[in-house]
Amino acid sequence: MSKFHNKGVLLEIRGLKIDGYSDETWVPIIKGVDLTLRRGEVLGLIGESGAGKSTIGAAAMGYARDGTRISEGSIEFDGMELTTATSAEKRALRGSRIAYVAQSAAASFNPAHKLIDQHTEAPLHYRIKKRMEAQEDAMELYERLRLPNPREIGFRYPHQVSGGQLQRAMTAMAMSCRPDLIIFDEPTTALDVTTQIEVLAAIRDIVDQFNTAAVYITHDLAVVAQMADAIKVLLKGEEVEHASTEKMLDAPEEDYTKSLWAVRSFKRPQKSRPEDESKPVISVQGVDAAYTGGAKVLDDVSFDIYPGMTVAVVGESGSGKSTAARVITGLLPPMKGEVLCRDEALPPRYQDRTRDQLRQAQMIYQMADTALNPKSRISDIIGRPAQFYSGLKGQALKQRVDELLDLIELDPASFYNRFPPELSGGQKQRVGIARALAAEPEFIICDEVTSALDQLVAEGILKLLDRLQQELGLAYMFITHDLATVRSIADEVVVMQNGKVVEQGAKDEMFTPPHHPYTDLLLSSVPEMDPNWLTTLLEERGVDNIGEAARV
Amino acid sequence: MGDILGLVAKRLGLGLVTLLVVSVLIFFAVELLPGDIAQAVLGQMATEETLARLREELGLERPAVVRYFDWLAGAVTGDFGTSLIDGEPVTAKITDRFVSTLFLAAYAAVIAVPFAITLGIVVALLRNSIFDRVANVVTLTSISSPEFFLGYILILYLAVKWSMFPAIASISSGMTFLELLERTFLPALTLVLVVTAHMMRMTRAAIINLLASPYIEMARLKGAPPWKVIVRHALPNAWAPIINVVALNLAYLVTGVVLVEVVFVYPGIGQLLVDAVAKRDFPIVQACCLIFAATFILLNLAADVGAILTNPRLRHPK
Amino acid sequence: MSMFVIGYYAALIAASCIAAYFQNRQAFMLLFSLTLVSFVLGIVGGVPALQGVTVFAGILALAAGTSYAFREFLIQVSRPAIAKELRTAPLTAAFGMFVIFTYAIAGIFAPWIAPYGQSEVIASAFEPPNEDMLLGADQLGRDMFSRIVYGARNSVGLALLATILAFMIGALAGLYSAVKGGWLDQLSGRVADVIMSVPSLIFALLMLSIFGTYLWVIVLVVAIIYSPRVFRLTRAVAGNVVVMDYVEAAKLRGEGDWHLIRKEILPNSTAPLIAEFGLEFCFVFLLIAGLSFLGLGIQPPTADWGSMVRENATLISFGDITPLIPAAAIALLTVAVNFVVDWMLFRSSGLKEQ
Repeated sequence: MSKFHNKGVLLEIRGLKIDGYSDETWVPIIKGVDLTLRRGEVLGLIGESGAGKSTIGAAAMGYARDGTRISEGSIEFDGMELTTATSAEKRALRGSRIAYVAQSAAASFNPAHKLIDQHTEAPLHYRIKKRMEAQEDAMELYERLRLPNPREIGFRYPHQVSGGQLQRAMTAMAMSCRPDLIIFDEPTTALDVTTQIEVLAAIRDIVDQFNTAAVYITHDLAVVAQMADAIKVLLKGEEVEHASTEKMLDAPEEDYTKSLWAVRSFKRPQKSRPEDESKPVISVQGVDAAYTGGAKVLDDVSFDIYPGMTVAVVGESGSGKSTAARVITGLLPPMKGEVLCRDEALPPRYQDRTRDQLRQAQMIYQMADTALNPKSRISDIIGRPAQFYSGLKGQALKQRVDELLDLIELDPASFYNRFPPELSGGQKQRVGIARALAAEPEFIICDEVTSALDQLVAEGILKLLDRLQQELGLAYMFITHDLATVRSIADEVVVMQNGKVVEQGAKDEMFTPPHHPYTDLLLSSVPEMDPNWLTTLLEERGVDNIGEAARV
Repeated sequence: MGDILGLVAKRLGLGLVTLLVVSVLIFFAVELLPGDIAQAVLGQMATEETLARLREELGLERPAVVRYFDWLAGAVTGDFGTSLIDGEPVTAKITDRFVSTLFLAAYAAVIAVPFAITLGIVVALLRNSIFDRVANVVTLTSISSPEFFLGYILILYLAVKWSMFPAIASISSGMTFLELLERTFLPALTLVLVVTAHMMRMTRAAIINLLASPYIEMARLKGAPPWKVIVRHALPNAWAPIINVVALNLAYLVTGVVLVEVVFVYPGIGQLLVDAVAKRDFPIVQACCLIFAATFILLNLAADVGAILTNPRLRHPK
Repeated sequence: MSMFVIGYYAALIAASCIAAYFQNRQAFMLLFSLTLVSFVLGIVGGVPALQGVTVFAGILALAAGTSYAFREFLIQVSRPAIAKELRTAPLTAAFGMFVIFTYAIAGIFAPWIAPYGQSEVIASAFEPPNEDMLLGADQLGRDMFSRIVYGARNSVGLALLATILAFMIGALAGLYSAVKGGWLDQLSGRVADVIMSVPSLIFALLMLSIFGTYLWVIVLVVAIIYSPRVFRLTRAVAGNVVVMDYVEAAKLRGEGDWHLIRKEILPNSTAPLIAEFGLEFCFVFLLIAGLSFLGLGIQPPTADWGSMVRENATLISFGDITPLIPAAAIALLTVAVNFVVDWMLFRSSGLKEQ
């Protein structure tokens, strides 16, 4: 972090304005952003979705995506003005002096060519290296990035390599011409936490080794804290705050930044199972399940959910946590085992369940966009379950909808007749909650309900869910991969891996050692807001062990 | 490679089954006739005696299923029975004409396929330019015009007004290859016009579809020039859709040829089919339908197999 | 060199220079390449070729002007939401709408527009155009113009009927398959595969040879032939909607299939289906025209464009364009519908990319 001074300026952006084309007109999406990047420096760009961070990243390469245009300002890269440069001049920079690492490596590698051929494309095109030389260099980079079999992996096709390895191969590709600047556009967002570590470590090492300047774009504060020398916070296309990483973490100045830092603070006391004789609302007993023709995705899964409790089911993608929810709702009949509701076995298929059984278990979805019918009015979306289960009509129905809207803190007068696309993400998620409540259930499955939302909004949703639980005595099954959410809202935790429950118990027990090794790995892999977290962790685990540790 | 062979075999099997089902359809559709074939051929005025004689001749007293298998076995060995009108063997009537039709279709394909694909790629490269828009309008107009419209325009101008090519595509066995090409130039050109437009649009769409992929953006951000983005990054992934386009249009050529043959009085199988339909000569109709359907299914099959073979994910399994 | 030729090149070159001066690169490229092409054309075809180009350009300009005015007209008379959408229509789409509008008028008011009845013999065969007959007489001495006007009603009406039927069959089957899944989905998919694996014209010929050329047979057969296309599209579109969480929520609520289709799926699948309706109409219309041309469609003496082409085809060899007029009427409507559909498809795909 001391390499901040006495270095030449590499990238200088002044008063950048970018327009996006939507609804037949150009609307500004970046409203005057300045940015200075010196050689060897890593700048973190953070902000919520729609803040324009990715657009700025592309603009730093003089590139405007389809449907955007740079309307004002200057972008100067190493003395060359990119806004007025010809496309041939800009093209000559790309790949050779400025490189790009995309969010999804799986989609950004061309499926028709071998990794190494894609790697050597730029060096060959710019006649920097001969083919054999370039290939040797690629293998060396693969080795530095700790890819397994560095001499052979390049001769595979993208679909033959795992996601975390592809992301590292893409970083290697960006390095192929030893650029002065690399733009990292959310390179680890699509990865699981345990995989994320290896990629973060690899990126940081290689950027250090070659002293490359980088712009690191992400929405995850803890991640950017590990990577960047300085951080710039963006909100709706405007800069909020810019400071060195340490200063930004210790003493943020702006209210918005502070609120971002504070969001993980919501916590409520842990409840324990009811003392009396009450039966679990939902009891999953020894369930095996598989999708048609596929391998088993659930293997002897059992857990109980008691009234008024929140049970968090955690695990990485592919662990079977969402499948468990599908078994409970009856969308996927289990091969073995059964689901009990208050000691009464539920029919395996939802088609065979009674209306009352269906009413008992409601669901709230991850993507509020796809969870609400865009062509239905809010009043219909919320009113339909009330009409369907309770037979409410006319004035009574309208009154019930108003009640529900009040419950989720949305003004009935202004939302009653609107359509979902007119709502913000958080508002949609609230409507989704109201729809679940309209059925008057005892039990709600929350499937990653906050992961698609910005942190502040997510916080609001968590608080709302908590309040509703207290008022209505609901039981939640909370599916998530985010341990911070677990910490804040759960009473009990079920940890799943490869379709098996590896550990379960009360939350406080789960978060105090000793853990099951997998729980431990999962817990320690969650980035913390400490710039030295990654370094410390790597030292603890041992450098050669990062990637492989995830596979235990 | 096992995966690929398995997929191809599966696809071939499916094609065979489809063909079988279609043959059932073609055969039993005729059974749906009000009355029966004999009645339909001889009309209302026929006496019971003549009807009975014809029924016996056609073997109608046997159950339909038996006759179907007879017919199918014949079809597989190249025997489609005899014409109801003149009693000649159907196969003899069809063979020459089918060869002529294939010749015409091949003639058009040889011109149209390379031409259309090249143009499609060029237009994809120049997308949203004025040339692209003009090409869009021209090709849309071309596919929207019925074949006989294009055919008659060509006849009117190239044959009647400017006397450059013969209006009637009459061919005989004694002609040299060049003569043949000249005689059939106008029908071939009509087909080329229709098919090129289709193929060009689909090639363009296939490529532009790919241009939205993240790996194309990556290629651009690696500094690849536009032609390289298309040729090296988009094209290798576009083969499957392009092969599909070609096969689809070849299939269209073989069947769309019917109208063109009528316009230019070309002695192909399409012309024969139309005549047979008018005369209700069912053995010929059935035979022609089966041949057309088989060609169609075969080409679609080829497209699917081609798509499987060019898919990098399948070619290089994990 | 005639004055015409000098003027022709002068106009083109001047226009090119103006385009170049105003830095309109595309217009310049178009105009100047036209100039270069004209050199070749002029040498090969002489003055008539250049005159042809001029006439063609004039017709294009006229069509562009009409379309522009018609689009303005539509924008003025329609509601704001629709007007906003219409403003994005390119001239080709506006032209398409204009043509469809004209055909609709001709079809609906045929008996009032046409000076004579469709089967009324008023002159001798193939009589050339005169004051009474705008386009001359056909092979039986009936008024060509009247028959073309009536054709708008008969040919288009029949095609429309068949398209609607095909659409109802296909869309309903597609929606039900998407909702039900399982064996029903598999079965309807296979049936569609089989129907589509027989070339449409061949299938139609087979069926017509069996059941005869009655109108209801044509409508039914054509509807069955083209319903698999609608089925596949609806199935695909609805398939994308069915996996949405809101449909899952409705299923888990215990809603019936009909509610799912009507309230959840259909409202979210209309846009692609409307465009498909246009495309489908083109296919159906061309197929029926083809059948009529082969003498297997609408039977005489009813006026129908396809059969009119065939009946008058002999005139072609005398260099007369009369038989081309009904063919052009077919082509023009198909082009028009395609232009509109093209715009609609572009709109829906363009919005997706954003």
